[in-house]
Amino acid sequence: MDVLKIATAGSVDDGKSTLIGRILYDTQSLTDDKLEAIERNSKRKGFDYLDFSLATDGLVAEREQGITIDVAHIYFSTQNRSYIIADTPGHEEYTRNMVTGASTSQVAIILVDARKGVIEQTSRHFYINNLLRVKDIVFAVNKMDLVDYSEEKYLALFDEIQALVAKTTYKEQNITCIPVSALQGDNVVAKSSNMTWYSGKTLVEHLEQIQPQDVYEEAQTRFPIQTVIRPKTSEYHDFRGYAGKLYGGDIAVGDEVTILPSGTQSTVKEIFFYDQKFEKAGRGSSLTLTLTNDVNVSRGDMIVKTSEQPKVEKELSATICWMDKKPLRPNTKYSLQHGVNNVLAKIVDVETIEEANFSEEKTAVSQLQLNEIGEIQLKLSKPLFFDSYKKNKYNGGFILIDLQSNTTAGVGFIK
Amino acid sequence: MWTAFLTEQEMTQNVLQTNILESEAIYIFREVVAQFEKPVLLFSGGKDSITLVRLAQKAFFPSKIPFPLLHIDTGHNFPETIAFRDKLVEKLGLELIVRNVQDNIDAGKVTEETGKYASRNMLQTETLLDAIEEFGFDACIGGARRDEEKARAKERIFSVRDDFGQWDEKNQRPEVFDMLNGKINLGQNVRVFPISNWTELDVWSYIEKEQIEIPSIYFAHTRATFLRDGLIWSADDEVVYREEDEKIEERVIRFRTVGDMSCTAAVLSNAYDIASVVQEIRQSTISERGARIDDKRSEAAMEKRKQQGYF
Repeated sequence: MDVLKIATAGSVDDGKSTLIGRILYDTQSLTDDKLEAIERNSKRKGFDYLDFSLATDGLVAEREQGITIDVAHIYFSTQNRSYIIADTPGHEEYTRNMVTGASTSQVAIILVDARKGVIEQTSRHFYINNLLRVKDIVFAVNKMDLVDYSEEKYLALFDEIQALVAKTTYKEQNITCIPVSALQGDNVVAKSSNMTWYSGKTLVEHLEQIQPQDVYEEAQTRFPIQTVIRPKTSEYHDFRGYAGKLYGGDIAVGDEVTILPSGTQSTVKEIFFYDQKFEKAGRGSSLTLTLTNDVNVSRGDMIVKTSEQPKVEKELSATICWMDKKPLRPNTKYSLQHGVNNVLAKIVDVETIEEANFSEEKTAVSQLQLNEIGEIQLKLSKPLFFDSYKKNKYNGGFILIDLQSNTTAGVGFIK
Repeated sequence: MWTAFLTEQEMTQNVLQTNILESEAIYIFREVVAQFEKPVLLFSGGKDSITLVRLAQKAFFPSKIPFPLLHIDTGHNFPETIAFRDKLVEKLGLELIVRNVQDNIDAGKVTEETGKYASRNMLQTETLLDAIEEFGFDACIGGARRDEEKARAKERIFSVRDDFGQWDEKNQRPEVFDMLNGKINLGQNVRVFPISNWTELDVWSYIEKEQIEIPSIYFAHTRATFLRDGLIWSADDEVVYREEDEKIEERVIRFRTVGDMSCTAAVLSNAYDIASVVQEIRQSTISERGARIDDKRSEAAMEKRKQQGYF
């Protein structure tokens, strides 16, 4: 069965957790005991409706405050496919958790409160989803029940959303707009009888018809080495397998390849998945490759097709989303993790971007604060083999790790 | 196609199709071995940890699994689980470390609960933390899944714990793309969850497809049982507390999860083989942990245990 990964976005109280609860409820994905717990706890809180957010807000602090602090991963399936939804926080102070959830998703559902329209946080979340190159965006105009299911109101909001969408330079994105009420269940799974003027698909109908080949990235083949497998048993005495996950494109036995950073050339001899050999493998699979000649390869090296070389450089510029309480400052050093490769990086220049207005205006600053987005120049201790994030998500993304606390301090998207 | 894992038919073709969940788990195992010095796999004898063993085999083939298994034995395990564990370890030539909760009780380090709902579930944490310290494990691989419970749905794949084993749930490291940051400070360790994104049905479908052996208590069998709070309990007077008026009756049941006998209730079932188990899970209207009394203590039972170092 297919798997589709989705992330929610939108401001606090726009009803993201409620929407997910509603999807689970209407697709019969909530088991009786979980439903009973929601009924019991909704009643205890004095609500006269079912508070579906109780299904996903898994932390005590979240239920106390009625907000989502960290990403919850929710699973449900239809006849058609399996879904993984990252329910992300809307609060600006938890933007880093929102980025965490969105970074692995192919689809984003951005909620817009029908009473408030497009606000700064809508714009910011749309910007971040563009930065992450999320291919399919659904604007769910929520709380339609609170504006009397008014078509006029929806059309006005639709224009606001169109105006926002017009600002992006990422034109390959698929954009859809759906009027819903998560609380009442209008246009979530079933068509709403309150909005007969809307003839489009319901939210789940839309998700069902998304084609994986349209939203999963296809790019040049990149095979980063995680570990070298050398069993040294009598049966496999000379076996030297390069273990890693295949990104971007495919690979086949007989392909001429180059190993980076050494530049050594070789040919793919065998492709193993467990104890089975394959002639060819598609992107996304964890494989073990063997090559025709003995080469010096270790963790962090990368096998690419000789005809599809990435950039190999010791300097780079990137857009960065800062995730640490300790601000990012010029002239500081971080460990840069690029896939499974680590190098030291020195921050040269830092500029901020005002992400909410898409103006691309930049201002040089002395530091970048938690949840801010900016542009940086980096110098590296060793050459990195990378692509632009726009061309290859895997090979164009990196994280910066604080050398003292070891925490993941920022995520970068290479220009 | 972008499938969770390969069907038998796809395995026999020349072209390897993408298998998202299986490849993700294998990728995580390889990151653990590359980034940590002393990893260990927490093995309970349940279906999830058995699935982890198969995925680890796949990750390192043709090498053997390059880390030991650690079983925290509460002394309240189903005997079938223990027998299964020993057989599996022998068959695959793995190293097994067992640490007993009973030792901590005997030494007076922890006090056992008494009465109707007494369980050693909480006591496992202390024994686990002792074992981590004794062996200096820096990464503990576990079979927890995000779909099991709503606090687990918040867990990262690499989850950093301090030297008290505590989970700082409000301040987790961001985990972007599939990059896993295993850098830790002295005294910290990481809990790793390779099948975070699998559902219960994914695990069962995988067991069926891979023809993985599992303990017999997962299949329907006749057992002496009694009823309490609408749940079916195994009648084993040594381990499971039973009131005198709780009458023993033979029932045809199976277990859906394998925890301690004292906190794992059975379900009525006629699923004698794996295909019927998968069918039963598909149709079930009760969640997997619905028969786990350890989760029912409060709405935040799991979160509280995790803060204290439970896996």
